[in-house]
Amino acid sequence: MKPAPFDFLRAETLPEALDSLAEAGDEGRVIAGGQSFVPMLAMRLARPAVLVDIMGIAELRGLDRGRGALRVGAGVRQAELASWPDLAETLPLVAAALPYVGHVQTRSRGTVCGSLAHADPSAELPLCLIALGGEVHLRSRKGRRSISAQDFFLGMMATAVAPGEMIEAVSFPLKKKGEGYAFREIARRHGDYAVVACAAVATTTGVRLAVGGVADTPQMRPMPLPGSVDLDDALNDFAWALNSREDLHATARYRRELVRQLGRATIEEAVRCRD
Amino acid sequence: MTANPPASGWTGRSVARVEDAALLTGRGRYMDDLPIAAGTLHAAILRSPHAHAIIRRIDTAKALALPGVTCVLTAEDVCRLSRAMTVGVKADVEAWPIAVERVRYVGEPVAVIVAIDRYVAEDAADLIEVDYETLPAVVDPRAAAEAGAPVLHPSLGGNVINERLFRYGDPEAAFAAAPRRVAVTIDYPRNSGTPIETYGVVAAYDPSDDSYDVTANFQGPFSIHAVVARALNVPGNRMRLRTPLDSGGSFGIKQGVFPYMILLALAARVANRPVKWIEDRLEHLAASVSATNRVTTLAAAVEADGRITALDWDQLEDCGAHLRAPEPATLYRMHGNMTGAYAIRNVAIRNRVVLTNKTPTGLNRGFGGPQMYFALERLMQRIAIELGLDPLDVIRRNLVPAGSFPYRTATGALLDSGDYQAAMARAVLDGGLADLLERQRKARAEGRLYGIGYTAAVEPSVSNMGYITAVLSPAARRKAGPKNGAQATATIGIDPLGAVTVKVASVPQGQGHRTVLAQVVADVLGLKLDAVRVIADVDTGRDAWSIASGNYSSRFAPAVAGAAKLAADRIAEKLKRVAAGQLNVPAEEVELADGRARARANPDNAVSFARVAAAAHWAPGTLPDDVDQTIRETVFWTPEQLIAPDDEDAVNSSLCHGFIFDYCGVEVDRVTGAVRIDRYVTMHDCGRILHPGMVEGQVTGGFAHAVGAALLEEYAYGPDGSFLSGTLADYLIPTVMEVPEPVILHYESPSPFTPLGAKGVGEGNCMSTPVCLANAVADACGFDEVTLPLVPARIADRLAGEERPSREAPAKAAGAEARPGERKLTGEGSAVVAASRQAVWDMLLDPKTLEAVIPGAHGVRKISPTHFLADVTLGVGPVKGRYRAEIELSDLQEPEAVTLSGGTDGALGFGRGSGRITLTEEAPGQTTVRYVYEAAIGGKVASVGGRLLDGAARVVIGQFFKSLAAHAGGKPASAGLLARLRTLLARRQ
Amino acid sequence: MPRLTRDRRHGVRFSLNGHPVSVEAEARLSLSDLLRHVVGATGTHVGCEHGVCGACTVEIDGAPARACLVLAGQVEGMSIRTVEGLEPEPGRLSVLQEAFRAHHGLQCGFCTPGILMTLDSLFRRRPDAGEDEIRDHLSGHLCRCTGYAPIMRAALAARDVLMREERHA
Repeated sequence: MKPAPFDFLRAETLPEALDSLAEAGDEGRVIAGGQSFVPMLAMRLARPAVLVDIMGIAELRGLDRGRGALRVGAGVRQAELASWPDLAETLPLVAAALPYVGHVQTRSRGTVCGSLAHADPSAELPLCLIALGGEVHLRSRKGRRSISAQDFFLGMMATAVAPGEMIEAVSFPLKKKGEGYAFREIARRHGDYAVVACAAVATTTGVRLAVGGVADTPQMRPMPLPGSVDLDDALNDFAWALNSREDLHATARYRRELVRQLGRATIEEAVRCRD
Repeated sequence: MTANPPASGWTGRSVARVEDAALLTGRGRYMDDLPIAAGTLHAAILRSPHAHAIIRRIDTAKALALPGVTCVLTAEDVCRLSRAMTVGVKADVEAWPIAVERVRYVGEPVAVIVAIDRYVAEDAADLIEVDYETLPAVVDPRAAAEAGAPVLHPSLGGNVINERLFRYGDPEAAFAAAPRRVAVTIDYPRNSGTPIETYGVVAAYDPSDDSYDVTANFQGPFSIHAVVARALNVPGNRMRLRTPLDSGGSFGIKQGVFPYMILLALAARVANRPVKWIEDRLEHLAASVSATNRVTTLAAAVEADGRITALDWDQLEDCGAHLRAPEPATLYRMHGNMTGAYAIRNVAIRNRVVLTNKTPTGLNRGFGGPQMYFALERLMQRIAIELGLDPLDVIRRNLVPAGSFPYRTATGALLDSGDYQAAMARAVLDGGLADLLERQRKARAEGRLYGIGYTAAVEPSVSNMGYITAVLSPAARRKAGPKNGAQATATIGIDPLGAVTVKVASVPQGQGHRTVLAQVVADVLGLKLDAVRVIADVDTGRDAWSIASGNYSSRFAPAVAGAAKLAADRIAEKLKRVAAGQLNVPAEEVELADGRARARANPDNAVSFARVAAAAHWAPGTLPDDVDQTIRETVFWTPEQLIAPDDEDAVNSSLCHGFIFDYCGVEVDRVTGAVRIDRYVTMHDCGRILHPGMVEGQVTGGFAHAVGAALLEEYAYGPDGSFLSGTLADYLIPTVMEVPEPVILHYESPSPFTPLGAKGVGEGNCMSTPVCLANAVADACGFDEVTLPLVPARIADRLAGEERPSREAPAKAAGAEARPGERKLTGEGSAVVAASRQAVWDMLLDPKTLEAVIPGAHGVRKISPTHFLADVTLGVGPVKGRYRAEIELSDLQEPEAVTLSGGTDGALGFGRGSGRITLTEEAPGQTTVRYVYEAAIGGKVASVGGRLLDGAARVVIGQFFKSLAAHAGGKPASAGLLARLRTLLARRQ
Repeated sequence: MPRLTRDRRHGVRFSLNGHPVSVEAEARLSLSDLLRHVVGATGTHVGCEHGVCGACTVEIDGAPARACLVLAGQVEGMSIRTVEGLEPEPGRLSVLQEAFRAHHGLQCGFCTPGILMTLDSLFRRRPDAGEDEIRDHLSGHLCRCTGYAPIMRAALAARDVLMREERHA
């Protein structure tokens, strides 16, 4: 269980990384924390010819609180985000979800953007990004583009990142006054990928629910507020529309039921948490 | 630790372990830590991605051409240089350590690549091309036993490799006379102890004297040494087997390393260099060894008060693809104990062993106990429910009566000691059953699902090496000669400075052998604990050992420590006679204490232990006439009770029998189906306790294994034989979050049959706990039957009522819902195309279309008008692999219907699929295209990526249609796949 | 920009238990293989090579991390601590190690070095870590022998001693 051979390029500047990726094209791959990617290398599921290590690029290591959003550079580790002092106050949803991302021993190295790039349908950070309506900032030698979370995740482990392109940063919209957030997850064991994960954002006018672990990508729908007679039906419709996967750990029916029950609890909590 | 022994001695106290300082500082010497000879090469093993297939051809040329590769070993070499492994039943079937002519399970070795390092060896493995012709697989033991099932070994004619019927007492009469008959049917799943350290082997061959030297983290039994030597076609003294000092856990599993000892020994011979192989985790999960899965139907003849007068067992044991030594021992290990802790005199047993396309089975903690007690103790609960009795009363009324020990069971076991009623009463009181019942009452009043489960069990230890011969008929046994006993070995040596070394032929895997043996021997010789040094690794070339040597069937405390005690006694008696002369007192008056030999009546009349002990080295002439030497004593101990199975098939399968009584309270979450263990009480009578801390550790650890087996763990297979639990993210081992701490209670009935009065203790909870938890969950949910593991989804789905449909139109995507574990994707659809039927037909048969619609094709070669070959690159995200694809058109009914079938093979696995396309001309220039397809995916990608596979396959199918659209020069339409197909067809017109 | 080509070994420099190390390795080597088979520090064990079991856990720049999920190409400049660095001096156990011995927190000992490194890193950062936090950290480790209860007891006992020492210091 050893990786196939590859060239390993330790980029020191962003242009170096972008040039290397452009040259490698389809055969190139960014490595940051490597916590999801190295197992795929070891199992030889992935065998890129060129790995471009971006962790030595200083400008990607920053957390920038800008207008209405926190911009997290591609080199920021999950543990670094978790220990950012303003996290609980400004990004309560991410703060609630981060402890569910792997374990302490993987969050110490795994990056926030790496989790997005991996695009596992059960992963927590893609779900948060969808729920919050964030943006992914892509960069290639040709230039920059930003893409909404909805358009970023194309399918199981498939994203809008093109050959020669890399994630430069991600923007998580900050909490607004009057909003409430909640995150809940059911997994087989603590730290496992979610069987079903729910993230809810309650605004002054309504509530939206995002669900991970069920469809090929995290999905989001606006929902009626608790108390509405329509909420049960809306949750049920959403549960069915996700066209749930089946695997060793859960049946489709079970996932649908968790969407209904966990979804409701998450929505109620988000509404309760509005300030 | 160096303090003088307390008056009561070292034994029985929780002294600090002598093993720990090295293990805590990184100085352990496990298999992969050992120094290896200069020039040692490294092996990787290419394994079958198929559950069942003929090997048509293996092409190793590219692998051999890779720099750093020395050789590739295939079945051809193995068959030329060795013999098939001994099979434990009389059957016309061969078992080899590598696939010969056909593969029979996913993960079966196909080739061994030897190279400069493991990385290069794996690079080379990728370059080996194997041409397989796949065969239908059978994974379900019931299906495998039926006529017409795919047959794994054609020479066998079927898959049932052994069947035996047993009858004890008069079961027919008892069933006829009983007012009630209660029965259960159980499917016990596959699981494994999965030690954190995997297998490892270093092998060397010396052609100058045709001898093999193998080091492996093998645990025993060393009867397997004979199997290995025979397979390698050398006398036993030319097959030297050594074990490392430390082993990273085994739980039975490391018995199963032995086929690799043969394989690597042969690889070393072919390479003409020492070869090292460390199993990786994926190999371990797919192909090391597993416990058996078993289908059991068990019926009881029951009196109105719950007393059982007879049992009728029907056991169908699934040993996987090959019957490997010592199987089918899992089925027979409990043979003497088929009545559990109960006094039931009439028993009928039908035992069948069946082979399926799964990994071969072997030793695993509990060995046969989990399977057997799951049926027996589920039955006890069902009897209580069906007769309206308290389950506790049903257990109590059937227990072996106190005062009747040693008690001979109906099937032949001699239960050595115990007072089951007293132990149970103490457990009920000290474990707080009344409180638990009250908690249940309250929870139920609140509408919560709370259940209580009970289990009583007899825990056997020190296996009789002869029990497995029960698989043979009495006549066949007579012909083969009797087999019995449980030889344990211990040697005590004294060096010229009087220092004491103990050597046993055991192979510790974390049980603290060196500590306990030091305690036992220090007590006998009156020494400080650290004055006794213990060596517990094995070298068959130098040590005293026998077939029962090794560390299994919980034999350490009762047998191995006992043998050490006897060896110490023997040397102590001699030392006393030596000291008697020096002290001028009779030998009976000498005692060994405080590091001295002294006169009992006058302790000041003393001489140091070292002076007495060293005399045999420095001044043998001074020894008394009745003392030959005090340098080395080796004791072989085998208990007289372990006789061979008799002509009535009475089998005393084990020497010692501990008693366990467990109960627990669990709460089940109605929505999530999660099982929370509220309290678990486990009462053990394991005879005399030599080290309370270690006994506690064995019970807690066994309990954790059992919690895993009950709630999380399963080696799962798809119906096509795909292995689905290929990573530790699929085979779920409990963490600190999932294992509560059990309440452990003790009752001590020393065994009269062992030198120290000790019995085994490590396996009991693996037998009692899974069924105890299952009984509790059944009680909580009102289930008649429960199957392990207790996956929350399965429980929740059963608890849920009818599901409400959606208000929206059901989403029906390609590859709609597959059943759990089902690796088949199916789909169907139709499209109306503005073209004549003939035009559509011509387009479908156009090779250019094919070339365009195969995703990532590098080139399509036409073999015949209906047969094509292509190299393709398929991938999802970073997962990319190159495959060889084969496409065939068949069942052509121009211009109405055609079947398109294809398959791909590559390092990541394989895919097969076929689709039937039918064309109907609805009106001139308008054709309806209907298609139905079915695809299956297997191999590595199914084993390690099962969680993501269905979604990934959908992505690939999406690529297929995208390329259809692209080929037509159009852009993918947004209205879905059918629209794209329509666009394509319209443009082609 | 350093280019570690696939065709040969490349120099890797890092600090191991406070001592500088300079070795040659292929970029694709895992840190666990690098430590065990290139440096010869076999105290770090390998259990799964896919980041689940935790046996190979070491401290990298002060935080616990899976050595099997780090490539040699990434190791340059790291500060790594392993189980070999825990003893205050040869033959003397640290508070944490001593607690594991006293509470039978190990049996076969194979998963133990990884667990020690996680706890060592936790207690260095948070000597007052609560039971839940300790449990959360330990959930990243698989142990097949102990059933975890003795490990929890050892961890809590070590924390109490370390907290007392901290207060006295």
